[in-house]
Amino acid sequence: MLRAIRHKVGTISYFCLIRCLEASYTLFALQSICPAFGAFRAFASAAKEMTVREALNSALDEEMSADPKVFLMGEEVGEYQGAYKISKGLLDKYGPERVLDTPITEAGFAGIGVGAAYYGLRPVVEFMTFNFSMQAIDHIINSAAKSNYMSAGQISVPIVFRGPNGAAAGVGAQHSQCYAAWYASCPGLKVLAPYSSEDARGLLKAAIRDPDPVVFLENELLYGESFPVSAEVLDSSFCLPIGKAKIEREGKDVTITAYSKMVGYALKAAEILAKEGVSAEVINLRSIRPLDRTTINASVRKTNRLVTVEEGFPQHGVGAEICTSVVEESFGYLDAPVERIAGADVPMPYAANLERMAVPQVEDIVRAAKRACHRSVPLAATA
Amino acid sequence: MWISKTIFNHFKSRLNFTPNYAPLSLLSPRRFASTIAQNPSTFNSIHDANQQVIDFPGGTVKFIPEMRFISESSPQRIPCYRVLDDDGQPLANNFVQVSEEVAVRMYSNMVTLQIMDTIFYEAQRQGRISFYATTIGEEAINIASAAALTRDDVIFPQYREPGPLLWRGFTLQEIAHQCFSNKYDNGKGRQMPIHYGSNKHNYFTVASTVATQVPHAVGAAYSLKMDKKDACSITYFGDGGSSEGDFHAALNFAAVMEAPVIFLCRNNGWAISTPTSDQFRSDGVVVKGQAYGVRSIRVDGNDALAIYNAVQAAREMAISEERPVLIEALTYRVGHHSTSDDSTKYRPANEIEWWRLARDPVARFRKWIERNGWWNDMAESELRNSMRQQLLHSIQVAENIEKPPIEDIFNDVYDVPPSNLREQEQWVKDTIKKHPLDYPENISA
Repeated sequence: MLRAIRHKVGTISYFCLIRCLEASYTLFALQSICPAFGAFRAFASAAKEMTVREALNSALDEEMSADPKVFLMGEEVGEYQGAYKISKGLLDKYGPERVLDTPITEAGFAGIGVGAAYYGLRPVVEFMTFNFSMQAIDHIINSAAKSNYMSAGQISVPIVFRGPNGAAAGVGAQHSQCYAAWYASCPGLKVLAPYSSEDARGLLKAAIRDPDPVVFLENELLYGESFPVSAEVLDSSFCLPIGKAKIEREGKDVTITAYSKMVGYALKAAEILAKEGVSAEVINLRSIRPLDRTTINASVRKTNRLVTVEEGFPQHGVGAEICTSVVEESFGYLDAPVERIAGADVPMPYAANLERMAVPQVEDIVRAAKRACHRSVPLAATA
Repeated sequence: MWISKTIFNHFKSRLNFTPNYAPLSLLSPRRFASTIAQNPSTFNSIHDANQQVIDFPGGTVKFIPEMRFISESSPQRIPCYRVLDDDGQPLANNFVQVSEEVAVRMYSNMVTLQIMDTIFYEAQRQGRISFYATTIGEEAINIASAAALTRDDVIFPQYREPGPLLWRGFTLQEIAHQCFSNKYDNGKGRQMPIHYGSNKHNYFTVASTVATQVPHAVGAAYSLKMDKKDACSITYFGDGGSSEGDFHAALNFAAVMEAPVIFLCRNNGWAISTPTSDQFRSDGVVVKGQAYGVRSIRVDGNDALAIYNAVQAAREMAISEERPVLIEALTYRVGHHSTSDDSTKYRPANEIEWWRLARDPVARFRKWIERNGWWNDMAESELRNSMRQQLLHSIQVAENIEKPPIEDIFNDVYDVPPSNLREQEQWVKDTIKKHPLDYPENISA
């Protein structure tokens, strides 16, 4: 049974790959015709908008409809329509067998999800936030990520762990940590971080169809944000390739890498920089593991300067890995040290003024880009 | 309207009807039923002739004016089911009979397991393998439980259950390959010895993490239920494993999900050096079942027929009633925890010897099959000699086979090898070719 499912998945992945290639060729073609095109997130004239929440909901709905083995499990996902309403309407449509409200035990339902995946179902396990995933992290790493390897290919784990990650607003230290670096360090996992609605739809579909375990890091504050989506994105077979970053805005003076909410901040920073004559290239990583080192390095070889942006803690973060990748592969092309913007090295404080200081703001990105370009702003003392 | 509601609730309380336990089918909105109990107008308005009841969430309960604490322990421990006495004599005639063919096969497998453990343990002591953990004293649990299941039932072991694999046809040679982590190991040399696994035999690969397999088994059982298969999942764990959070989450979940899973606890008295008195203060593990709404039974783990009967009955309940079942098999860990342990350091050597000899589950079952005329001394010595020869031969063969190829470092991390690992594999191969003297001879590029 496992083998039959793997073949079926292989077919879907191949189909998905073709669609993804088509999508990326189209975007590439359009971008070469109109370089500023990258600044707009849609690549058709359709002005349909969709929130990230709707994007995730529709992706889940379509995948559950296409494959009866896909099911959703987590706290409040059913009757409550989802703690953040991501799974709205799914219980009514698919019934309690496929949308399971779980008892409060992350370790329990992560373990059960992994067991169901071992035996051939395709669970989507929701953590109310990834902070709570720490209670299940043994199952994510030891039972999911490593199983295919430890069993020599006998046990595949086509599971998706998803939920909001990183800082929200006014939720304090135990609800604000970013787990991208933790999960992305582990071989056997794939780690995705969507930004726009297109990302949310395409990457979630790809994650559900993928035979490997995927950690899908959403962002609570992005759920309500609206983005234009094309007809292509709305199609139920749409999916994005895992491991490919997106150049949201082309530029030539400095590369700014970001993921999730910080992509929006980086784009705003790029606007400000443009007015001051600095042309920033903004890369939306989309995939933290595998990291699209090719796109990042190609961009740095073009601009010669790099600023990495993330909301998470600085030490051993995503930016550290990107910096190393660039130093290893494109050292000769760097004209300035890599700038790393990250959250403050403190547990997240609650008071609004302190919280604002503990996460990167647009101005921080602007200053870092300028430092990379002119080194005109002196560096703050580092600990 | 009000009158009919009172009558309805009166009727309900008479029957001790609790909406949340109504046996509804999966697709009916079970949770909506709970709102009936919440109607405030029914609070405190019910009078039974003898007692008052109240409708808190979860169903009606009677209330009493006496403050009564439930004792932390029962006056008597939960009794233990057994079929054969210590001398192999049936205590009663109410057990499921086992045919000669099955009984002899069970016995042969138990003997094989015993000899396999002895020889591999010695091999580790001789430095030929790095690690081993025996199952001595628990042969009945291992083999009899497997005999009571079908090939479609999915097994989630801890690490002291190679018996079901043997029962299902995993060969001694395959065992040896895994312990020597050579290129024929179907685990590709990825894990320490005794971490067997085989899809073909419906036996999920052993992982060292304690009790993580317990919720996995529940998830798999749920999958089996959704597929409407005539099969259950079974998971094994020890007395120590029952302390892990995963055990509690899994039992709770299995009851709520109504998953067809058998939880088989090998309560062998020891978790490395921790005796059960330091592991929990409950009456063993069986009493925990009811706390989660799981049907449970305590069984003599050294009685092969008792295990066989209990597992067979549990399987039937699990599948037809869609419910989890907990079996606590009381036994004794005769061997050390593993080759990294010397248990004489924390328990008396004469205690170990007593259990090894006087309570040997293999000898006890032998008495029963001999009494039935299905076995004799000649068959015994033939079997033991033949198994010993086979094992020594398997070890010799496995020891001399090449270790796995370099590719096996890099594949199976993901379904499709990522580009960075393919590059690294190529670099490693090229480096070995360029500097062969810097690498051991048994690295095949």
